[in-house]
Amino acid sequence: MKTDPAAPPAESKPRRRGFLGVAAAGMAGVALAPGIRLIEIAQAATTTTSAGANPAVRWGMLIDTTKCVEGCTDCVDACNTENGLAPATRPTDPQWIRKIEIKQIKTGRTASLPVMCQHCAEPPCVEVCPTGASFKRADGIVLVDRHSCIGCRYCMMACPYKARSFVHEPLADQKSDVPRGKGCVESCTLCVHRIDKGEKTTACAEACAKAGHGAIVFGDLNDPDSEISQRIRSANSVQLRADLHLEPGVRYQGL
Amino acid sequence: MRQIAALLATLTALAAGGAVAADEARTPRPVVEAARAGTQCVEPADVMRRDHMRFLKHQRDDTVHAGVRGAKYSLKECIGCHASPTTQSVATGETNFCTSCHSYAAVRVDCFECHSSTPQAVVQQGSK
Repeated sequence: MKTDPAAPPAESKPRRRGFLGVAAAGMAGVALAPGIRLIEIAQAATTTTSAGANPAVRWGMLIDTTKCVEGCTDCVDACNTENGLAPATRPTDPQWIRKIEIKQIKTGRTASLPVMCQHCAEPPCVEVCPTGASFKRADGIVLVDRHSCIGCRYCMMACPYKARSFVHEPLADQKSDVPRGKGCVESCTLCVHRIDKGEKTTACAEACAKAGHGAIVFGDLNDPDSEISQRIRSANSVQLRADLHLEPGVRYQGL
Repeated sequence: MRQIAALLATLTALAAGGAVAADEARTPRPVVEAARAGTQCVEPADVMRRDHMRFLKHQRDDTVHAGVRGAKYSLKECIGCHASPTTQSVATGETNFCTSCHSYAAVRVDCFECHSSTPQAVVQQGSK
């Protein structure tokens, strides 16, 4: 049997590795500048990470249709500005919230209300998604992962609220917090980038309150002390198409 | 017979080595723009060159699905330091940070079809 002369003796490997380990341990304690060491930079970098979606929370919205003003589109405009959407001019343009006017035929009573993704507890869009791109976060927000969305639009067909849009054309100048692009389905994210930062309101709810209507209340449905929980406890509110048992997180008052 | 084979192998190795050396001298290298002064990358340059796509891919799943933000690897932070001072972007001009290497390596970069290639502050100024 021949031995390969190029191969180093077996015992030299662990010795070299041991030396490197000692050297690395020594380096970690070496001061880079007065008062700053490598180990401190590493620790500082990890402290800014957010904890992520909290499974104890269920984000939801209450929309008081008696306060929603006919013809007002402040929530739609705020959503467009926040998420970098161009105002919809054609029926195929992406739109995350739309205002609808409804009329009860027998009585003639009319109401105006915004409709967006209802953030169902049992979302049909998630069930039909062939790639797992459509998913529900631990805190109840239903989202599309654009990295795995193939643009098949099954979810758009499955959604009874017509909440989702498809981006047909190339986009430019997206917001850093809201990446969007051609070939993907998208819908209301409940301003997930704000929530992850710890903010307590969405762009639409903020704009509605600012306009003096206060028709949109955003909050945690699981927290019995939150404003939204108190409101839905005291006033009658409904879920759209409650007969489908999708348990939407968005509720409507005064319908 | 064995000696002839060894000689042939040596000659081939020498020829290949010579060709590599000549290629290195002839081949144009990508022009990589320097990062913003006074900034420090999260990893050494050689690690980032080899593994940046893996870091970003792991991080994006944590961010999108679990809502974990502000972690060590972040595309937004990359853009914050590496955006070109002239185009304010990492992927607009030929010499911009991402484009220069990716066109050299002939690897298409899809990130900026959805993600903004400019730092957030610039985007906000532009939209006002």
